[in-house]
Amino acid sequence: MSADLTQSGAEILLRALKDQGVEVIFGYPGGAVLPIYDALFQQNAIRHILVRHEQAAVHAAEGYARSTGKVGVVLVTSGPGATNAVTGLVDALMDSIPVVCLTGQVPTHLIGNDAFQEADTTGITRPATKHNYLVKRSQDLARVVHEAFYVASHGRPGPVVIDLPKDILINPAPYTEPAASHGSYKPRIDPDADQIRQAVAILKAAKRPVIYAGGGVINAGPEAAALLTKFARMAGFPITTTLMGLGAYPASDPQFLGMLGMHGTYEANLAMHGCDAMLAIGARFDDRVTGRLNAFSQGSRKIHIDIDGSSINKNVPVEVPIIADAGRALAALVAAWEADPTPADKAAQTAWWRQIDEWRTKDSLKFTQARAPGSIIKPQYAIQRLFELSRKRGRETFITTEVGQHQMWAAQHFHFDKPNHWLTSGGLGTMGYGLPAAMGVQIAHPDALVVDIAGEASILMNIQEMGTLAQYRLPVKVFILNNEYMGMVRQWQELLHGSRYSESYSAALPDFVKLAESFHATGMRATAVEQLDDVINAMLDCPTAVIADIAVDQAENCFPMIPSGAAHNEMLLGPEHESSGASVSDGGMVLV
Amino acid sequence: MAPAAADPVPFFSDGFPMSAHSDTTQRSATISVLVDNEAGVLARVIGLFSGRGYNIDSLTVAPVDAAGLRSRINVVTSGTSMVIEQIKAQLDRLVPVHRIADLTMDGPHVARELALVKVIGTGEQRVEAMRIADTFRARVVDTTLGSFVFELTGASEKVDAFIELMRDLGLAEVSRSGIAALARGARVI
Repeated sequence: MSADLTQSGAEILLRALKDQGVEVIFGYPGGAVLPIYDALFQQNAIRHILVRHEQAAVHAAEGYARSTGKVGVVLVTSGPGATNAVTGLVDALMDSIPVVCLTGQVPTHLIGNDAFQEADTTGITRPATKHNYLVKRSQDLARVVHEAFYVASHGRPGPVVIDLPKDILINPAPYTEPAASHGSYKPRIDPDADQIRQAVAILKAAKRPVIYAGGGVINAGPEAAALLTKFARMAGFPITTTLMGLGAYPASDPQFLGMLGMHGTYEANLAMHGCDAMLAIGARFDDRVTGRLNAFSQGSRKIHIDIDGSSINKNVPVEVPIIADAGRALAALVAAWEADPTPADKAAQTAWWRQIDEWRTKDSLKFTQARAPGSIIKPQYAIQRLFELSRKRGRETFITTEVGQHQMWAAQHFHFDKPNHWLTSGGLGTMGYGLPAAMGVQIAHPDALVVDIAGEASILMNIQEMGTLAQYRLPVKVFILNNEYMGMVRQWQELLHGSRYSESYSAALPDFVKLAESFHATGMRATAVEQLDDVINAMLDCPTAVIADIAVDQAENCFPMIPSGAAHNEMLLGPEHESSGASVSDGGMVLV
Repeated sequence: MAPAAADPVPFFSDGFPMSAHSDTTQRSATISVLVDNEAGVLARVIGLFSGRGYNIDSLTVAPVDAAGLRSRINVVTSGTSMVIEQIKAQLDRLVPVHRIADLTMDGPHVARELALVKVIGTGEQRVEAMRIADTFRARVVDTTLGSFVFELTGASEKVDAFIELMRDLGLAEVSRSGIAALARGARVI
């Protein structure tokens, strides 16, 4: 520890951030954090991005983190600044995104006195974060900052809050260098060799194997995704990913079955249902993935690799639990597979692939777009054209989404061959995530194409961030599939509540073209199929931020769908298919 | 215990049948957790139990090393095997947690609690209360002409039995510590 006490707490804080490699902070000033803003003003190493709402600061930091693999940093003031950030924190917690959120706090002598803009931030954020700190002594400040970055980025990543009383920011503080390890937090990252051997034995004997990969593979870094691809190709296994795992395996590869789960493909869900060996990696058997638990993949021997021990055997009991980093586990798996001389059952797997190919012929994502001029645009078609036209340009492309039907259609019809290019709110399902997340991505990748695929309802939840786009000249494209409904709510009301569309109609919508213009962006609109390509091309060519308002079919539903309480083999297919015999049970109605 | 490939009922690697999933048998578990003695650590543990809907039947916490840097939390909980395993895994991922021991599963252990029991009465009732207290090796830590406060240490069942007997003898008030527990033998957490 340096005995040098010439720097204020705020200066020490920035020094610690700099030593942690921080280049950008997303924040919003206020009384309690004024000393930090004063210190920011007097330096050039760290750039501050002024958002328009604290929730957006956290989502922007998430976008920055997910697209770079670095820790996202947020700075907000006490009281309402901190409480506004809570939704973003829970979002990052559910989706395992490394974020450090600095919150201002009233001076230590006022804590507990109901002072102006005081909130019990550590109390409120305790279940909203992976960990949180209240710094009460200047000598703890630098150590806590370093620890927070360690905790946020090691093990299963997540958000960490540091609550900073104003006197701690003003008083002189000593500096401490980062420590190499943490006293109590030592996540296990290397797999157990015996368990890897057991896993290989099961997989070699498999007649109907499937790999089920999730966001943990992406969190483990691009090397982990490369190893996943290597292993899957080596073994010749079919592979499906979760919503969060899209991009962990190239979507264009023939072994890829598409996303699984509630709106997953027919072949992915039936492969999960019918497999005899399942390799789950960095996925957590979420209810959106498993459907009815007591009917979930009953006949399979399951191997689960996860860095978080509490994710294993939580919902689905598995035979081989492997607590490890996905990348290290995959490296061990590849080595053990090569070392094991047992041949895989190729004949059985050929039959399995034949079965899968037959399921594929169902073409469960099929939709029909009428081509006659004036025809209404199908939302799936809008995303398909966005994918095709943006791919043609060959630019690095990042897609964020809001939450709802458009999100599921984006997951189904926009295809990712690389990790870290797909950003969506999976666990928490936060409407309003996409625009600020896109902002964070664009800050980190100024030359990339960043598109927020949105719905007209979700986008209004953080629409104020158009101001941030304008201020920093961020050319984010907001691609709104406008069906004038909270589409997923509408869909559930149609399927489960007798088409009683209670409060799900988006009445009194703004004119999105004018709205864009008022925020110094470019507005565009397509209302018929023949206008779609021109609008998409104009959007992709536009040097500024864009809102493209795409009027789509209001009645379109997102299929396939495993209704709540149903099993993987009880999928509802769209109107393109004959009835699958599935229906929504009373038991399922109570589920979300 | 690796099952044959054709075995229709797979097993956990540690030999527990996979049907633990549907096993609804509740068991009690005494779990000891060694944590950093820092502000908010108890709230984290309690918040975890309430937030995830786990039971707390008893909870004790106090610093346990000379420097006061570590505390030991003893929690008695109940649930299915799967829930108890989940509780341990959830506790394990709390940042200030150093170690966890499931004293119920890891081997024999001793668990004791202390109770203060106030009994108000006179005459024969008072004499009988004193006699029973002797049998239970409870100590009198406060007395007036009309009341006793007994101090009793032992397994929770013993404390329960003592309190039950006092009910007819003027039981007025009880304060229990919750259990403290250690593994038997040379094992440490």
